[in-house]
Amino acid sequence: MLRHVVAPASAVPPGGRMLAEVAGKKIAIFNLGGEFFGLLNRCPHQGGELCRGTTSGLLEAAAPGEYRYTRQGEILRCPWHGWEFDIRTGQSRAEPQRIRTKAYAVERASGAALAEEPELRAETFPVAIEQDYIVVDL
Amino acid sequence: MSLDLREAGSATPGATKPAIADCDIHPCLMQAKDILPWLPRRWQRHMEQFGMLPRHGYQSGPAYPKGQPDAARIDAWPPGGRPGSDLGFMQRQHLDPNNVALGILNVIAPAAGAAQNLDFSAALCRALNQWQVDEWTGKDSRLKGSVLVPYEDAQAAAAEIDYWAGHKDFVQVMLLSRTAEPLGQRRYWPLYAAAERAGLPVGVHAFGYGGYPVTAGGWPSYYIEEMVGHAQCCQALLTSMVVEGVFERFPGLKLVLIEAGFAWLPSLAWRLDKTWARLREEVPHLARPPSEVIRQHVWVTTQPMEEPEKRRHLHDVIEWIGIDRLLFATDYPHWDYDDPEWSLPVRLGADARQDLFLRNALKLYGQG
Repeated sequence: MLRHVVAPASAVPPGGRMLAEVAGKKIAIFNLGGEFFGLLNRCPHQGGELCRGTTSGLLEAAAPGEYRYTRQGEILRCPWHGWEFDIRTGQSRAEPQRIRTKAYAVERASGAALAEEPELRAETFPVAIEQDYIVVDL
Repeated sequence: MSLDLREAGSATPGATKPAIADCDIHPCLMQAKDILPWLPRRWQRHMEQFGMLPRHGYQSGPAYPKGQPDAARIDAWPPGGRPGSDLGFMQRQHLDPNNVALGILNVIAPAAGAAQNLDFSAALCRALNQWQVDEWTGKDSRLKGSVLVPYEDAQAAAAEIDYWAGHKDFVQVMLLSRTAEPLGQRRYWPLYAAAERAGLPVGVHAFGYGGYPVTAGGWPSYYIEEMVGHAQCCQALLTSMVVEGVFERFPGLKLVLIEAGFAWLPSLAWRLDKTWARLREEVPHLARPPSEVIRQHVWVTTQPMEEPEKRRHLHDVIEWIGIDRLLFATDYPHWDYDDPEWSLPVRLGADARQDLFLRNALKLYGQG
């Protein structure tokens, strides 16, 4: 598994997203309250580009007439047919055990720590030790 | 490397994909008033002063709000415009990357054929037909139009068909599925006579404004119910056309059911055959089993494709209908778009695939 630096952390603020291309794979990266998550940028249904989807929360009803709205901003809807995915896991809302989009390990790392990693792949920009970066394991 | 999110339609190049026919593409006006230059002065004034009242109780808009804005793919909005309003954007996002060799245009908004003012309906259909030629088919030869007709006034509809008959840019006549009366009834026959005369299939696209509830059981609460209701609406109109003997009276007539799915078709035919065998004395003009009439005269577009849990069930359905009767369609740019590469949930042999994705449409629409 190789670690790829894809962007400065400041490029994707909380609630934001970016599309990264890492080793030929298009990965949609999301910032949920400071944590980064990555999903393969194609819906397992028909291939819609997930990075263009809207985010929402979960509207659930434990019983008819009772509604809860939770996990605001953490559910991604495909821009085509509206299939929903949990940004944290890639699992679909409809059939979480069977249908999912591939999730990638994404983390925030300091430039200073990254400077110590010989295997690192920084794609197209220099890494400065005083900044944080988004790193994808692939 | 980061990619620019704003650059829509960054799909893979189409040259490597097999050519397809897309039998349901929706162009639309950027704004309603953009049709004014194609209307005579009298109807420009009418549109500016009164607008179009569709055949239902609301001032404007469809009966049910859609699941996504303008019922469109979120990624299909061209800069500054409505989905479907920009030919260049459509070419870059859909026609080129998906290698669309033949694209059938179905203008469903505005629903000109459903305008309650019948003279305005006729004028608006004529204007939108000319607009299709000027703005779409004349600019991209892969695209062919569907003649919009004021179908609640079948004489006027027939005149509109006669007007465009033989025009190379039009390959079918288009109605919407919700109409004032079931489509087999005789008030619509002049329209079928004209279509038969012109050698044009009649495409019936889901939606429209009949003035009645969108399900046979009344007004439902949810958009989901409207979505699945198209199947029952099309079953009703097809039953009407078969039982009224439309296809016996117009033996050259070809009917295309657009955007209502297709898995319901075999069960309807079984039910019709069984009932016909017992009650045929009521309809002596219907001399053949309804399934035979359907097989001879009816085509269906594939989108929105049913997605059964066991995919082989779809095989069974396709086998009954006949692969030669299925026309691939995407419904671009609408939200329930079917992608040519991924939407077909069953494996087909190379020949059957070619038929479904391309050859059936070329043949039906005379483009072979």
